[in-house]
Amino acid sequence: MAYEKLLLKNAGRENSHTIDVSLKAGGYEALKKALKGMTPEALLEEVKASGLRGRGGAGFPTGMKWSFLPKTRDKPRYLCVNADESEPGTFKDRLLIERDPHLVLEGIILSSFAIDCHTAFFYIRGEFQKGCRIFEQAVAEAYQKGFLGKNILGSGYDLDVLVYRGAGAYICGEETALLESLEGKRGLPRIKPPFPAIVGLYGCPTIINNVETLANVPFIVERGAAWFAGIGRPKNTGPKLFCLSGHVKKPGVFEAPLGIPFLELLNEHAGGMLHPDRPLKAAVPGGSSMKILPANRCEVLLDFDSLAAAGTMLGSAGGMVMDSGTCMVGALLNLAEFYEHESCGQCTPCREGTGWFTKILHRLETGHGRKEDPDLLIDVARRVEGNTICPFGEAIAWPVQSYVAEFKSEFDDHVTKGACPFGGAAAKR
Amino acid sequence: MSDAAATLPVSVETDRKIDALLTKYPRRSSALLPALYAVQEEHGWISEEAMDYVAGKIGVSPAFVAGVVSFYTMYHRKPVGKHHIQVCRTLSCMLRGSFQVMARFKEKLGIDVGQVTPDGRFSLQYVECLGACDTAPCAQVNDADVPLLDATKVDEMLARLK
Repeated sequence: MAYEKLLLKNAGRENSHTIDVSLKAGGYEALKKALKGMTPEALLEEVKASGLRGRGGAGFPTGMKWSFLPKTRDKPRYLCVNADESEPGTFKDRLLIERDPHLVLEGIILSSFAIDCHTAFFYIRGEFQKGCRIFEQAVAEAYQKGFLGKNILGSGYDLDVLVYRGAGAYICGEETALLESLEGKRGLPRIKPPFPAIVGLYGCPTIINNVETLANVPFIVERGAAWFAGIGRPKNTGPKLFCLSGHVKKPGVFEAPLGIPFLELLNEHAGGMLHPDRPLKAAVPGGSSMKILPANRCEVLLDFDSLAAAGTMLGSAGGMVMDSGTCMVGALLNLAEFYEHESCGQCTPCREGTGWFTKILHRLETGHGRKEDPDLLIDVARRVEGNTICPFGEAIAWPVQSYVAEFKSEFDDHVTKGACPFGGAAAKR
Repeated sequence: MSDAAATLPVSVETDRKIDALLTKYPRRSSALLPALYAVQEEHGWISEEAMDYVAGKIGVSPAFVAGVVSFYTMYHRKPVGKHHIQVCRTLSCMLRGSFQVMARFKEKLGIDVGQVTPDGRFSLQYVECLGACDTAPCAQVNDADVPLLDATKVDEMLARLK
């Protein structure tokens, strides 16, 4: 049976970002249903029962996250939508924001209702300037139609949505750095606990959810948790947006149930490899922070648990494909430079470690590597991993560990040959 | 214009815009990032004088504002070109040729990364993953996304922007 598109069902239509097109396609029906006939508690239970797991990277169960909020109501509660999509290889939230902002907005309103929140923030990556304009327009349209503001659709429920632009910092996608940034500060991650559900924005209970996560909520409300849980695989339920880029014929965002085989995504959705004479060498299934899989281990299913079992993670589903012409030292150098640039500098292992990675990889790529360099990379990675406030440390330690482990001979070749066998393009920028 | 307005490092419109931001969020401190954008929108960059002014509006120290400005890549601490070109350098774009795209820009404009052309029309910068890897190699020129670049498209784009 052909898979019915949900998240992208509206995204291909002309003017899909406008409220008129959204309403014609069934937009805000779930909101009407929930505000008429559901209590916030019932909505929360429905999301819990659906098995929805966060689409931002960690795959944490959304309903369970919401239930961590304190029962008391002595402080306001906030929902912060993480639209700071910055993980290299990831561009799915951008598509939702630009092509179906009202689906996202409906998810935000429903989720705010479920957690009894009356002010939601949409923290959007500064570089997403087009997306920001479109989303602000969508918010204005929703106010006009009475889907936002006071007494929404006569239900007595009030909600304001504030759009907040980031200003260029990968780290602000980390949830506590995002809160710091929203408070008007440098985006330095906070020590947890306390978790944001208890002490979050302005010291108040706060839930932070990814854009795509919230875009699933209208479907759960409309068709029920059991229906949603029937999509995908056990404990890995629902539709998912998968990004694929790099050496593929048709890079893009593809919607499929969680658990689609990686090779199906590559060959059927993304049109296969870019150059027919250059076969697959390696792929990162989940975004640049995740461990790499060499071609002979790419027969994997794309869901949280299958990829964890394969020794990597689904992450933000930002898949990157590399063909036989790719230098793995160069690819890792490129990522190390990214992480060195984006480290917030708060924790010494990350601030210094990322610099060490860049320096070592640069000398390897330019033919000045030393015999002990591959081991040195592993050693530095071990000192970074687990020794930082936020998961940024792992986000660079894991690629370093896996690229060196999987392609050790290629690293050694750079030393013995005294040059990059692929021409060293990554060091020539 | 009043004397107070005459000494402002921003226009009266920008000053009013920032006043409105001060009460837009549950806490005044949140107005800092948008206030800096408002200043940059008017001047194209954020001078030390402007940082002092914003610090006064928000009620934080100038050093605090300078810390925030220097943390985020999108705030310019010196003037950039009329057309600020940012080429994505991260993995998916590199795999599809972003370094060659940058080489073409450098050759055509006669400047290096981080420089502004003498006439002030163009500035060139690398940027980390723009989240548009399906259009790799890509770039951003001011607030516009430029997809699927190659040498020919670089030439066409520069001819159009002149």
